[in-house]
Amino acid sequence: MSDIKMVNLKINGLDVTVPAGTTILEAAKVAGINIPTLCYMKGINEIGACRVCVVEVKGARSMVASCVYPVSEGMEVVTSSDKVIEARKTTLELLLSDHKKECLSCERNLNCELQKLSLEYGCDTKRFQGATSKEDIPDVSTDYLVRDNTKCVLCRRCVAVCNKIQEVAVIGANERGFKTNVSCAFEEDIGNSPCVACGQCINVCPTGALTEKSEIANVKKALADPEKIVIVAPAPAVRATLGEEFGNPIGTNVEGKMITALKRLGFDKVFDVNLGADLTIMEEATELLERIQKGGKLPMITSCSPGWIRYMEFYYPDLIENVSSGKSPQQMFGAVCKTYWAEKNGIDPKNIYVVTVMPCIAKKFEKKRDNQAASGYPDVDASITTRELARLIKEKGIMFNELPDSELDNPLGEFTGAGVIFGATGGVMEAALRTAVETISGKELGKLDFNEVRGMEGVKEASYEVAGKTIKVAVASGLSNAKIICEKIRNGEADYQFVEIMCCPGGCINGGGQPILDSYTRRNVDYKTLRAKALYNQDASSKIRKSHENKAVQGLYNEYFGKPGSHKAHEILHTTYVARKKY
Amino acid sequence: MAKTSGVPFQGTKEQEVALREKLAELKKVQGGLMPALQEAQAIYGYLPKEVQIIVAEELGVSLEEVYGVVSFYAQFSIVPKGKYKIGVCLGTACYVKGSGDLLAEVEKQLGIKAGGITPDGKWSIEATRCIGCCGLAPVMTINEDVYGRIGPKEVAGILAKYN
Amino acid sequence: MKKSIQDINAIREQMQSQIVMRNGGDSNIVSKYKRQILICGGTGCHSNKSSKILEEFNALIKANGLENDVLTVMTGCFGLCAAGPVVIVYPEGAFYSRITVEDVKEIFDEHIVGGKVVEKFLHEEDNGKEKVIALSDTNFYKKQTRVALRNCGVINPENIDEYIAFDGYQALIKVLTSMEKQEVVDTILASGLRGRGGAGFPTGRKWQFTKDAPGEIKYVACNADEGDPGAFMDRSVLEGDPHALIEAMAIAAYAIGSNQGFVYVRAEYPIAVRRLQIAIDQAKEYGLLGKDILGTGFDFDLEIRLGAGAFVCGEETALMTSIEGHRGEPRPRPPFPAIKGLFGKPTLLNNVETYANVCQIILKGPEWFTSMGTEKSRGTKVFALGGKINNTGLVEIPMGTPLRTVIEDIGGGIPNGKKFKAAQTGGPSGGCIPASLIDTPIDYDSLIAIGSMMGSGGLIVMDEDNCMVDIAKFFLEFTVDESCGKCTACRIGTRRLLELLTKVTDGTATLETLDEMEKLCYYIKDNSLCGLGQTAPNPVLSTLRYFKDEYIAHVVDKKCPAGVCKNLLNFTIDKDKCIGCGMCARQCPANAIVKTDYIAEGHKLPSYTIDQSKCVKCGACVATCKFKAISKG
Repeated sequence: MSDIKMVNLKINGLDVTVPAGTTILEAAKVAGINIPTLCYMKGINEIGACRVCVVEVKGARSMVASCVYPVSEGMEVVTSSDKVIEARKTTLELLLSDHKKECLSCERNLNCELQKLSLEYGCDTKRFQGATSKEDIPDVSTDYLVRDNTKCVLCRRCVAVCNKIQEVAVIGANERGFKTNVSCAFEEDIGNSPCVACGQCINVCPTGALTEKSEIANVKKALADPEKIVIVAPAPAVRATLGEEFGNPIGTNVEGKMITALKRLGFDKVFDVNLGADLTIMEEATELLERIQKGGKLPMITSCSPGWIRYMEFYYPDLIENVSSGKSPQQMFGAVCKTYWAEKNGIDPKNIYVVTVMPCIAKKFEKKRDNQAASGYPDVDASITTRELARLIKEKGIMFNELPDSELDNPLGEFTGAGVIFGATGGVMEAALRTAVETISGKELGKLDFNEVRGMEGVKEASYEVAGKTIKVAVASGLSNAKIICEKIRNGEADYQFVEIMCCPGGCINGGGQPILDSYTRRNVDYKTLRAKALYNQDASSKIRKSHENKAVQGLYNEYFGKPGSHKAHEILHTTYVARKKY
Repeated sequence: MAKTSGVPFQGTKEQEVALREKLAELKKVQGGLMPALQEAQAIYGYLPKEVQIIVAEELGVSLEEVYGVVSFYAQFSIVPKGKYKIGVCLGTACYVKGSGDLLAEVEKQLGIKAGGITPDGKWSIEATRCIGCCGLAPVMTINEDVYGRIGPKEVAGILAKYN
Repeated sequence: MKKSIQDINAIREQMQSQIVMRNGGDSNIVSKYKRQILICGGTGCHSNKSSKILEEFNALIKANGLENDVLTVMTGCFGLCAAGPVVIVYPEGAFYSRITVEDVKEIFDEHIVGGKVVEKFLHEEDNGKEKVIALSDTNFYKKQTRVALRNCGVINPENIDEYIAFDGYQALIKVLTSMEKQEVVDTILASGLRGRGGAGFPTGRKWQFTKDAPGEIKYVACNADEGDPGAFMDRSVLEGDPHALIEAMAIAAYAIGSNQGFVYVRAEYPIAVRRLQIAIDQAKEYGLLGKDILGTGFDFDLEIRLGAGAFVCGEETALMTSIEGHRGEPRPRPPFPAIKGLFGKPTLLNNVETYANVCQIILKGPEWFTSMGTEKSRGTKVFALGGKINNTGLVEIPMGTPLRTVIEDIGGGIPNGKKFKAAQTGGPSGGCIPASLIDTPIDYDSLIAIGSMMGSGGLIVMDEDNCMVDIAKFFLEFTVDESCGKCTACRIGTRRLLELLTKVTDGTATLETLDEMEKLCYYIKDNSLCGLGQTAPNPVLSTLRYFKDEYIAHVVDKKCPAGVCKNLLNFTIDKDKCIGCGMCARQCPANAIVKTDYIAEGHKLPSYTIDQSKCVKCGACVATCKFKAISKG
């Protein structure tokens, strides 16, 4: 029936039939044979460079890289002969000879692809000894990331995401031969480059060459300080992924256990950034309606994603006015803690230490931006990633999977389903639509699901008829997709009123601070959809699913801000942006 | 550690105009980055950051992409060259006839290593690939001048000609 | 102005009187000039100021009002670079070698004006005192067959009319007017021509693949990134006969259905680039490139792209990546360039020398071509002969010629009465041929069988003073330096191999080191992404195979038999020969030479001795000592 030509071949003596164009690697999987990979990333890094996936093909002059070698009729492949095993072993031993082997205390210990393969192939770490190619000076020039090139295996997966997924291309291969290294132009520190801090490079790094800049020590110090009231709040997407760090299946929502763990870690209050998300909707929806009514700059673009903001400031500073002035949920949350909550409880904001748990490394940078200190003290003091939280939990001997569920503290732990779905691409848009549509029409929505803006597509567009008006919206995640929308806006070709942009592909569930999945999983499991599903399920089962119905948020406005977009709200919940120089 | 030449950039407006003109043409050429860098190096003599930024901007590629290409090819240099560029051929024919000793002598005479430039900017030395004068092996070049069939003993005399 | 086929043929007719003196052609044609002076303008001779020689001749001709009687021609490389700068005067064909600007006046007065060959400037064969008059009479030329180099050193490469006079563009006319595309491909297939760039893939099959590949846009490309150190035949063709390349690429483009070509040239070849650009401009002017070539409706344009110093760009996929404006990193094959090449389009890529054979095959037929060479290696091959050999230069020989013929007859043997030790072919990808295999016929398969390869044609001769371990290290250092760094096997593998090899030359290796080296060599060959890595261990493997005893001497005896590897050398002063002059001590850069209190019999001053712990083994003392009292070993 189909036009696709099928090809018959033998792999390890087994007959396999696959469509023409299939690689040996994929064909082997069909036959139930796993071939290890290191540099390969389907679609974006098909370079055959690491040589870990080599196999023997009858008649071929040398070994071939199965990740890029297409099958052909009658081909005979051997994937596990002694020769193949020996070759892979030697490849790994060569990599290890130019790798800083501080594995025991490396952040990626037990979650390192090089380590796993070395174990599988019984590598002799001392077989090859000689010069090392990189300077042992980690790049710690940013607030969000540490790059230790002595652990880099030059698989170039980070380069591929930076170039092809995010299209910012701030890192790449420089020099050649043994001196080849992945770095910025002129081997400058990342801090001097137009890096947007998305952290996607960390997520794809097979080793410990790229890690977030940890703030665990600061958090521990605050917890040990009797003067400090230490507040913690996880972001929407964290509950959908933290479980992975403890062996739970992808897409397990561990909110209850997470709260218990946070309490056991000794935080004084466990609130939720979801509240900040609901607050963001109140402010953004108001700002949007105002812009529409008063002829303000349109389309309005969301400001939740600090990586996106940084990207805009570097690459599209002409769009500054299009971006909502509302702070991100993290920053709104922190600001509320140190103003409203502090006042209400009679605590000097100086003594409040706000820790957020984020799926993101750009948040580490965001909290240090200008105009992010409503109380006179930084809105947020420490921002740790999902991974850092997991490390903290493990270090404290907390048996995460055995924990009972707990409830969040009040009042800043109250949130709606709308806040939860912030963690997935389209979630902010959907949450905003729920509020905006009801506000414009004055009628209660029958159906709360805006399916058009859900899903993992890079660019989504939709239009809605509301009270006789058409609202046209767009949602983009991943910066190569954001670029498409930004170009349209820049060139005056966009007729949207509202645009949601998330820096990371799929949104925060795939943020740069999320649990690291190995390349096999990333390739073969639709992990973004699974993680997003956990959030959408929570939303569906929530009693309250619209931000404006959040009782705590309503209380905030009644007691403190007056109404969304008020002068006070602007002072505390809004911020400014700057054009940044790339060089 | 960042790589720079350590020499302050002294490009002129005329050079920049000339480069931007060339780049405007090359922007339309498929695979124009290499010719662009060759033009830029022809204009400035080397490819400092300031120049690479112009190339990146005009061709619409990231600075890292430009630098990645520059640092890959031996002939692109981010270090300025001396007034007198000495090349000692280390091609096979020259090598088997002792060009390694020749290079060592030049390095000794000038007190710099291959790839370097004397502090006064007068001399720079490069160990070159085969320049195809194998019949004259071993070969040393100073700018356009070629000196063939020479040994370490002749080096001092040859350098003296440029004083 | 654009020319028609008739115009081209008319130029050809008209030019015969200009070239008849040189091609020894039709005796009925009266030469337009009384004398012609050919001066080599190849890179080697050019470096030796051959252009000054030309200027000097031109000035004298002008001063004597002989412009209509004497023609000067600056040609491409004659081949015998060792004899450069070379001047040839016709009609005698007098072959003057190592001419300086100061010699010009005498040649002009005696020969050009006086009509007498100047004997003292004639080339002298190295094996005798006999002077030879004509270049073609030299031993160097007698055993050569010139196909790819046929016009090099014969025509003025900057004059398209001279090329046309030597049947230039006749093959293109033939193809465009009388041959179907498939016929052209069939002709190349039938000729058995194989790629001259290294691996020796059948050229016709490449043409067929590219012709058959689906796609509207296709490209032809020429690999002129001649990177093998010691090989310069491609440069010579570009410098001496650039139109031959242009014509062949146009033919290839017609055959595969392409309208755009690229020539990727090393930037280290400024003269070649300039001459090729002149030739392209001339061809465009004549309508031999561009739209509607010769009124046949065929369009073809050609562009030069320059390399920037990366040996790996000689690898076909790296070359294309480089033309596309990226780091010259190879990409995995398949897809092959014939299917997905430059800018993702089907691309035919051949090297310069391969193309240089095409026009002749078209004109003279595949049978003519197959009559030369061996069954599996047809035609001729150009070699750049260098190293420890008298006649360094370019030679073109029929495939299958024994190495001995090249070394002893054409090359004139080893200088200074030294013994031939080995020849290295294939550059950093090739291997060494030991003296015991000097009768090996030079063709693709024979070379592979003995662990070397044809490569692009560098042929470096080594004598007893060359250490084979050092030579292997030299080539490996080259590949380590030129590795693109993309794949693990080459990036780290070659580096580790070099480190092991350095242990051998340093005297810190054991026999196990040799085993590990060999294992690593085979691993790198098998697992590298591209040809550079896959062939990088060849110099090590072939020297291990043929000169194992030298390795053993380094490893077990801690000696370098050829006296090259410095760490294994010991310089010693024979106290009885030393007269105590102290010259060596003054020369020593490390102050390692000190006076002793021993005075040898018959000498007045105490002798000197070398403090081995301070010695840096530079050899300065040996060079200084007039009394041969210092020895190394």
